[in-house]
Amino acid sequence: MADTTAKPKGAAARSSGTRRRGRRNTSPGLGDEKPEALLDYYRRMLFIRRFEERTAQAYTQARIGGYCHLNLGEEATVVGLLDALRPDDYLFTNYRDHGYAIEKGMDPKKVMAELYGRSDGVSKGWGGSMHMYDTATRMLGGYGIVGGQLPLATGAALAISYRGGDEVVVCQMGDGTTNIGAWHESLNIAKLWNLPVVFVVINNFTGMGTTVEMSSAEPELYKRGSAFRIEGVRVDGRDVLAVRDTAAQLVERARKEQTPFLLEAWSHRQKGHSVVDPAKYRTEEQWEQARDAENDPIALFDAKLTEAGVLTDELREEIAAAVKAEVAAAADFAENSPQPDVSTLFDYTYATPVPNESRRMPADPVFAE
Amino acid sequence: MSVITYRQALRDTLRAEMVRDENVLVMGEEIGVFEGSYKITEGLLKEFGPRRVKDTPIAEEGFVGAAIGAAMLGLRPVVELMTINFSLIAIDQIINHAAKIYGMFGGQTSVPMVIRTPGGGGQQLGATHSQNIELFYSFIPGLKVLAPSTPAEASSMLRAAIRDDDPVLFLENLGLYNSKGEVPEDYARPENDDVATIGRAAVTREGSDITLIGYSRMAMVATQVAEKLAEEDISVEVVDLRSLRPLDRQTFVDSVKKTGAAVICEDDWLTYGIGAEIAASIQEGAFDYLDAPVRRVAMAEVPMPYAKPLETAALPSIESISTAIKETLSAVGKRVG
Repeated sequence: MADTTAKPKGAAARSSGTRRRGRRNTSPGLGDEKPEALLDYYRRMLFIRRFEERTAQAYTQARIGGYCHLNLGEEATVVGLLDALRPDDYLFTNYRDHGYAIEKGMDPKKVMAELYGRSDGVSKGWGGSMHMYDTATRMLGGYGIVGGQLPLATGAALAISYRGGDEVVVCQMGDGTTNIGAWHESLNIAKLWNLPVVFVVINNFTGMGTTVEMSSAEPELYKRGSAFRIEGVRVDGRDVLAVRDTAAQLVERARKEQTPFLLEAWSHRQKGHSVVDPAKYRTEEQWEQARDAENDPIALFDAKLTEAGVLTDELREEIAAAVKAEVAAAADFAENSPQPDVSTLFDYTYATPVPNESRRMPADPVFAE
Repeated sequence: MSVITYRQALRDTLRAEMVRDENVLVMGEEIGVFEGSYKITEGLLKEFGPRRVKDTPIAEEGFVGAAIGAAMLGLRPVVELMTINFSLIAIDQIINHAAKIYGMFGGQTSVPMVIRTPGGGGQQLGATHSQNIELFYSFIPGLKVLAPSTPAEASSMLRAAIRDDDPVLFLENLGLYNSKGEVPEDYARPENDDVATIGRAAVTREGSDITLIGYSRMAMVATQVAEKLAEEDISVEVVDLRSLRPLDRQTFVDSVKKTGAAVICEDDWLTYGIGAEIAASIQEGAFDYLDAPVRRVAMAEVPMPYAKPLETAALPSIESISTAIKETLSAVGKRVG
C-alpha cells in the first residue's frame, strides 16, 4: 500500500494541514509532458466544470428533474482516471456520473439530452442524471444505489476473465460506499477469483453530510482493501497528472497481473451533495476548504500550466470560449430534442418478448376487450 | 417417455444447456465440490471444471450481482441460491439491478441470467428457512418468474429461462425435488429445442365443477386433490400457473368462466399473496360467471414453527383444499360429495 500524496486524515476538519500537505506533494514536474496533452487535460477539466454549472442552472430552471449530483471539484480525478483507460476498458460509476460519462467518450449532447429526459438522450430518457449508460463507449452505468455497481463491476471482470480478454474494469464509488456490504463481498470475490478490476474510491470526506470519520472505523480508505490482500494507493485527486499516472499504473497492473486494486482519490466537493443541497451541515472551515483555490483542481492546474508557460492568457480565453460554445450546443441540443413518445412506454421492460406482458395504462381494465 | 425425478430433470437440463452453450456457467454456494445442497449440480464440476462451475463464498449480494454484471457482458450465468430465503440478502441486486438494467438504460443491454432457488415449507426448517416469498419477485416488472411443478415442466422451463435474454427467477421447491413424472426421451440432449413458452399457464387437468389454481408444489397438490375428489364424483379442473410474471390471466379466467367457481391454493401467506392477485383477476375477468366467492387456501399467517404438528397445521393440505372446494360447491348449490 502506498500513500502517494498528502494524507487527508480528517481533511474536512483540518483545513490548514491538508493545504500544507497538498502544497508539498504536487505531481511530478511537467518535464516530459507534451504541451498539447496538458492543454487537452485542462480543456477537458474545464469542460466538465462548465457542463456541470450548466446542468445546475438547467436543474434550477426545472429543465432537469429528479436528483442531480455534480462533479464540481472532482474534475482532475475524472479526467486523470479516464485518461488511464483504454477505449475497450469498462467503467461503472455511482450516481455522480456526468463527467465520467463524457470522459468515457459519450457525446455531451446525448448526456445533456438524457439529463433533460429527452428522446435523444443516450438512454432515450429512461435513465436520467444518475443512470448514464452507453454500450458503445463501455460506460456501463451510472447507478443510484450506493454500492450497487460493485458486484456488477466484479461480474463484468469475471466475464472478461472467463473469456481470457485483456480489458480492465474500473469501478468508481464515493467514500461512504466502503461501509456497505456490497463493498466487502465484491472485494473478496474480486481477489478470490483474480479479477481485473480497479475499485476507485472518490474521497471527498463527506457521504452526503456525514464525514468519513463519522462513518468509517478505518478512515484511511485506501487501506481497506488489506482485509482482502488488495493493494491500495491514495492519490491527490486534485492533481490530474498524479491521478493519471497512479491510475495507469494500477490499471495496467490489473491487466497484466489479473488481480484487483484499490485507488483512493481525494478532492473537495465544491457544492452540496446534490444541486438542491445547501450543505448547511458544513462548518465555516469546511466551506472555506471547498472554496479554496488551493483545492480547486482547475485553478491548480491553470497555475501550474501558466507558470510553465504552457497556458497563456490568449489560449485560456480561446479554450474557455470553445468550451462555452460546446456546452451551450449541448444544452441547445437537449432543449430541442423531442420528448419521448408515450407510445414507447412498454418498449424496454423485457428484452425477449413473451406472451401476457402487461401493457395496461393506469386506468385500463385488466382485461381489455 | 421416461419417468424421472424433478431433481434429475433440472440437473440433466442444466448439463445439456452447458454443453450446448459455452456462455452458460453456474455459480452458487456449495454447487461444485459439494455438488449442491440439493444435488442439482451433481457431477457438473467434474465434467465442466471450475471455470464454468463456480463455487462462491457465502455472499449472495456479491455473487448474484457478479452474475448480473457477467450477463451484461453476454455470459448466461445460472445462479443457485440455496433457498429463496437467502435471496433476501441479494434482493437489492435482483430488484434494483437485474430487473432495472434493461429498462433504465433504454434497452441498451439485457441481463440474460437465471436465479434458480427452491421455496418450500414442511421440512421442519423453522421460520427463516420455510418462507415462500416468490411474491416479492413476481411483483417486479423487468423480472420473469417461473414456477414449474413437474419434471417435464422443470426441464422445458429451465431451458426457456436459460435461453431467454431477461433475468428469470426460477422457483423450485424442496417438496418437489423427489417427485417423479414423465419426460420426453430426449429431454437431456443438448440439441433438444423443447422450450416452454414463458408467460403461459396450462390447464393440466380438465374438469367441470370448479377450477383449482396453483403453482409449483401446490400445482402438484392440486392434481392430487382433483384425483381424490374424482373418486367422490367431483370434477375439478386444475390450472398450473407455471409463470408468475408475466401472469397468464386469460387461461384461468377462461377456466372459471367454464366452471363458475374457483379455489386457489398457495404455499405463501394469504394476505397480499399471489392468490390475492389471482382472485382479483377472476372477479374482474369472470364476474358474471361466478356462482360463489373465490376461495383461497394458503399458509397460516405465522412465522413457520419448527414442531411437526404446528408446521403441518400451518400448511395447506389435500384435506384443507378439498374442504374449501366442497364448501364452495355447497355455496353454489352443487352437490357435495
